[in-house]
Amino acid sequence: MNKRIVALTINGVDVQRKVASRMLLTDFIRDELKLTGTNVGCEHGVCGACTILLNGESVRSCLMLAVQADGYEIETVESLQNDNGTLNTLQQSFKDCHGLQCGFCTPGFLMTVTSFLKENEDPTEEEIREAISGNLCRCTGYANIVKSVQRTVQSQRTSKSLTEPVCHTDHKQNETVQIS
Amino acid sequence: MSKFVGQSVKRKEDLRLLTGTGKFVADLRMENMLEAAFLRSTYGHARIKGIETDAAKSLEGVYAVITSNDIEGEIKPLKQFDSHCILPPNLIEEIDPVINYNFEDVLAKRKVTYAGQPVAVVVAKNRYIAEDALALLKVEYEPLEALVNPFEAEKGDAPIIQEHMESNIQSHFLVQVGDVDKAIEEADYVLKKRLRTPRLSSNPMETRGVLANYDAVTGKFRVWSSTQLPYEVRSTIASLLEIPEESIHVTAPEVGGGFGPKGGVHPEEILIPYLSRMLGRPVRWIEDRIEHLAAARQSRDQIHDVEVSYKKDGTITGIKDDFIVDSGAVNYFALTCAYNTAYHLRGMYKIPSYQSKCRVILTNKTPNVPFRGAGRPEATFVMDRVIDMIARNLAMDPVDVMKKNMIQAEEMPYDQGILVKDGAQLIYDSGNYPDALDKVLEATNYKGFRKKQQQLKEAGKYVGIGISSFIEGTGSGPFESALVKIDLTGHVTAHLGSSPQGQGHETVFSQICADDLGVTPDQVTVVVGDTGVLPIGAGTYASRSAVNAGSAIHEASQKLQRKVLEIAGMLLDNEVEMLNIENGTIYAHDNPEMKLTFVDIANAARPSKSSKLPEGMEPGLQVLHYFVPPTVTFASSIHVAQVEVDKETGFVDIQDYSVVHDCGTVINPMIVEGQVQGGIAQGIGSALYEEVVHDKNGQVLTGSYMDYLIPTSMEVPTVKMVHQEYPSTRNPMGIKGVGEGGAISPPAAIANAVVDALTPLSIEITKVPVSPGYLRELIKEAERV
Repeated sequence: MNKRIVALTINGVDVQRKVASRMLLTDFIRDELKLTGTNVGCEHGVCGACTILLNGESVRSCLMLAVQADGYEIETVESLQNDNGTLNTLQQSFKDCHGLQCGFCTPGFLMTVTSFLKENEDPTEEEIREAISGNLCRCTGYANIVKSVQRTVQSQRTSKSLTEPVCHTDHKQNETVQIS
Repeated sequence: MSKFVGQSVKRKEDLRLLTGTGKFVADLRMENMLEAAFLRSTYGHARIKGIETDAAKSLEGVYAVITSNDIEGEIKPLKQFDSHCILPPNLIEEIDPVINYNFEDVLAKRKVTYAGQPVAVVVAKNRYIAEDALALLKVEYEPLEALVNPFEAEKGDAPIIQEHMESNIQSHFLVQVGDVDKAIEEADYVLKKRLRTPRLSSNPMETRGVLANYDAVTGKFRVWSSTQLPYEVRSTIASLLEIPEESIHVTAPEVGGGFGPKGGVHPEEILIPYLSRMLGRPVRWIEDRIEHLAAARQSRDQIHDVEVSYKKDGTITGIKDDFIVDSGAVNYFALTCAYNTAYHLRGMYKIPSYQSKCRVILTNKTPNVPFRGAGRPEATFVMDRVIDMIARNLAMDPVDVMKKNMIQAEEMPYDQGILVKDGAQLIYDSGNYPDALDKVLEATNYKGFRKKQQQLKEAGKYVGIGISSFIEGTGSGPFESALVKIDLTGHVTAHLGSSPQGQGHETVFSQICADDLGVTPDQVTVVVGDTGVLPIGAGTYASRSAVNAGSAIHEASQKLQRKVLEIAGMLLDNEVEMLNIENGTIYAHDNPEMKLTFVDIANAARPSKSSKLPEGMEPGLQVLHYFVPPTVTFASSIHVAQVEVDKETGFVDIQDYSVVHDCGTVINPMIVEGQVQGGIAQGIGSALYEEVVHDKNGQVLTGSYMDYLIPTSMEVPTVKMVHQEYPSTRNPMGIKGVGEGGAISPPAAIANAVVDALTPLSIEITKVPVSPGYLRELIKEAERV
């Protein structure tokens, strides 16, 4: 079997592995790196459960090979918690608004929204719905996911006004203040 | 005392699911684990002439290639579920049912009967190699005539799918009350229609999956399955492999949605444990989405021929329904969905004469099993399209036809004159349907909409409103079990036979237990989805867990509370009636300074010569309770959809969706609302988008998410909800089930709204999904007239 070396950064950690060139990025993350938070829902790029961030942008890890991610920075759901282990604002909002039921699609939604809120800090409901329309959820009927995103936006706005001046919009800056 | 029941307590499950640390089956790995992949039939109906396996077997990394020949005599066939086939004698007497025995070999033997059926399994070092090996397998098929139309399949000269049977009519029954022929004869009008509901695929976001490890030293199996019924998986493995249940421990870890089909035991759940024993290594199989869309059990697929007699004023006097269920190649669940349809069809209405005649017919499709609603969405689609058609025929508002026929509050409990499937008389226990209708019409501003509608139509906007109502027998038996215990640290643990897939059982059941024991939900650990602790359990399906597991934990907790108080009474030398439990502390009203904790009680109750127990009391602080419901309890709901139709494209946009519902005592409003909203999303899918389509050869044409359309955030609105709370009279807390309800009414409500939007153009929707193509056909046809 044809093998190649893949070197990338995942959740801030540099990793290097020799893997089959045909290995999917999802399988690389789950099976080689043992980060099983990223789930596989359809393996044909429709459901969005496997969404990760590749150099900050949300992509479907089931549509990429591991070798294609060589040299990239990847973030998965495992990167979201605050340093002290508490939930970040987005995760906490999902909990507060009952934005998840079975939780299988949730990591994908969290990554999609993480990337979206960097682009759009104050989205309308319609913009939120469009942003998450590439992620399927079969349990919640989406209403509480939309609400969770709205709650996140609200919390981040509050936290920003508490920590003025804000010099940039990196979401990590806003994770330190928990709004319960 | 209710402190936590009724509160939107945040979920205990969320932390692990939000951080990616919860473990689904596909996240579980064991040392030396192998992976399996299945070769599935590419034909709807064909003889297997031979399977060439040598090339696959010789591929490096392949450990086994198994076909039906290899397991001959080793695994018994997966047969229809006995628990569903055994009917109470009084029901047999009343409906004269026939249920012909039917089954499926876990790997197809001699012939295949549906596309997607497992034909062979490969076990390899990993999934990649297993799939390489699948590509090397060669099956020689001799195609047979595929039966995809149930009306063709039931004919006397049709090829027989289950060859031991005499025809493809697997089961049938007839239920009736009143005199429907007389009602039709005496009616002012008679409506005759054929109405159908599509075949659906449940599509939990997590596909199915099984991991098994056989321990040769102890002779025990450890099985993890993405199932709703770990106990049923255990008993089916035991019976098919002919081993004691005791040697199998099944866990449903995190389960990523189920909705019904994960409640039917599938062939893979038997084969994977078998393969683990055969190879002496852990074996895992994870279904992919393409397999799921073809081979995971499907549902609905009914065709109704109804005749309805009614008067000039809109009173319905009789319904004669002759319907078939297209069951696919095997009917595992006997009359479950079919009889659900029959006994729910009249819903909130008093229709004195009713006859329902059903045939369950086998075809060359994936087996049909219960899916969220299980026969009720089909019944509701028929009943509420009929109400709407009658209203249009009489130039009445559909609301007035509903009111004309609706059961009144003072008529509750209401006897519908036939039996529930468990043999109990069909009596709705509580509810107020006219009040529900008023409430939902107010929520949707029905009068305002009607006023505005005329203007909008004149401006060229096709807006309409549609209504659908249902009652739902929830919380079916036979039982559920709960074991509640207090350990020596004073911590409370409850084991339940239920098995959740996102419903938040750990949270809601801890609320009940906390109230009963005077602690907080955080002080109660709820363990579900595991056969390891309780001797027997039932599982999660049929909107039953809140009712059955909820009642079981309530009764067990109360018994345990009584025991704690009796021991405390002895230790404090006080009357039990004088004692109170608060935050895990027990004290007497008249002497609050003297306190005992659960640790004190647990130590006093510990089996020992120095136990401090009232005379005659068994030591230990644990109570096991089996809750057996007398029969189902009736939840109810009314849905109103407002839509706008694009007449040129046939696209339907849902502009508002309002719901009133009654699920009795609400344990956790946040979770209840989540269940309703989620159910409606699935109902919207079946109303507008979802259908499993087979071609004439039985090939699945909707084999990926490009063809089988699941609603997204753009199609599902935030639903307006109004709550009623009429406690059930059939369990101690007054709970009714809510899991399935949301999915029941959307097809009828939305279809009715679409018809209304296009009026005065007269279109007649007789099936769902109301896809753009179907709707354009109806519009063109109506415009030609």
